[in-house]
Amino acid sequence: MKNRSLVSINDLSKEEIFKVLDLAEEFEKNPSQKIMDGKVVATLFFEPSTRTRLSFESAVNRLGGRIIGFSEASSTSVSKGESLKDTILTVANYSDLIVMRHPVEGSARFASEVSPVPIINAGDGANQHPTQTMLDLYSIRKTQGTLNNQKIVMVGDLKYGRTVHSLLMAMSQFNASFVFIAPKELQMPQEYKMFLKDAGLKFEEHTDLAENIKDADIVYMTRVQKERFSDPMDYEKVKNAYILRNHMLEGTKENMRVLHPLPRVNEINIDVDDSNKAYYFTQALNGVYARMAIMASILGLK
Amino acid sequence: MNDKKHLSVSAIQNGTVIDHIPAQNLFKVISILGLDKIPNLITFGTNLESQRLGKKAIVKIADKYFEREEINRIAIVAPHAKLNIIKDYVVVEKMLVEVPDEIKGIVKCVNPKCITNFENVTPKFKVADKKNVSLKCHYCEKITDQEHMEYR
Ligand SMILES: [Zn+2]
Repeated sequence: MKNRSLVSINDLSKEEIFKVLDLAEEFEKNPSQKIMDGKVVATLFFEPSTRTRLSFESAVNRLGGRIIGFSEASSTSVSKGESLKDTILTVANYSDLIVMRHPVEGSARFASEVSPVPIINAGDGANQHPTQTMLDLYSIRKTQGTLNNQKIVMVGDLKYGRTVHSLLMAMSQFNASFVFIAPKELQMPQEYKMFLKDAGLKFEEHTDLAENIKDADIVYMTRVQKERFSDPMDYEKVKNAYILRNHMLEGTKENMRVLHPLPRVNEINIDVDDSNKAYYFTQALNGVYARMAIMASILGLK
Repeated sequence: MNDKKHLSVSAIQNGTVIDHIPAQNLFKVISILGLDKIPNLITFGTNLESQRLGKKAIVKIADKYFEREEINRIAIVAPHAKLNIIKDYVVVEKMLVEVPDEIKGIVKCVNPKCITNFENVTPKFKVADKKNVSLKCHYCEKITDQEHMEYR
């Protein structure tokens, strides 16, 4: 991975994924290693994403690196009409690595082609967000002891949720089986179902939540957003159907863990928080280790 | 004499005949190959009856021969096109269009949120399905299918 950009999780081989996960584990055991001393990381957030930015910045700080950048485009030359290419070429002069978040899909791939320094995609519109996928993989491996043969239940907005799409692609390498639970307006797109069929992997589709999580290893929750419905009445009809509540966890497997990319609104009731199956806050912490591992690998420091 | 019948298929001495173009894509073929920008003598017939395509078109370009890569560029609009290479009124070679693995330029990405529709970036695609010709964007990774193809 040295000197390579990370735009999509599909850019990484299975072996490279394992190397990053192992390294993240090492950082979890020993989070303060000043191996990025003297390195400058630029965090260019063309759209705000406080969580992702703070996670990256925390990772850089723990490794002793420095950060430059912006957290929204309105205060920069971008708002004066500067092209993405010009912004990247300029910032590349000031930094060893660029972390970028941009609302336009494919912007990170394009940036990686024009930039002399590596780019880490921290989200390009609805397309890719590979460091999120990496922390999801890390969380699954850590809680289940393996990535192999997992039964993953995905809940909520499966149509637009890039997080679930990337996770599906990544986990398909490890003989996963899937259960998709979504309102009919937000079901898993056909192309992903075709992909699973071609790969010979099992999946089921349901609209009911409580009934279908009993044999899950991972329940991956996502937010159902009102804006996704053309008819607000359709949203009203389903808005309470995809809320996970503590009583639903009865009878689920002991090893089962609930993940969520955060921020959550109400799709996981707060009464789940105290369950030992709730893992989403630790999952967010894992994001720091995963990002430390990715940056250290790309900068060739580990 | 059957001169009238011959009008639509008048022979050329040297050059290339492109046959089996779907009639509705004739002008796309012309623009992709840049035939509207060359001085050569060009004749074409369109809305000809075809068992396979319904209505087909045929183009004859005098004194012009194409490279393989050049001709494969029309694969997305005329995947069944056949080329006859003519020398001295005789067909000396026949070529079939091959759908390439990658397409650069030519087609616009269907995704309005794609970087190629925002900045000065040449669209690039991997051909995801050669038979029905669908394209996967190198940048946004969305699929552009035959039905939604727009040309640049
Ligand atoms: Zn695109």
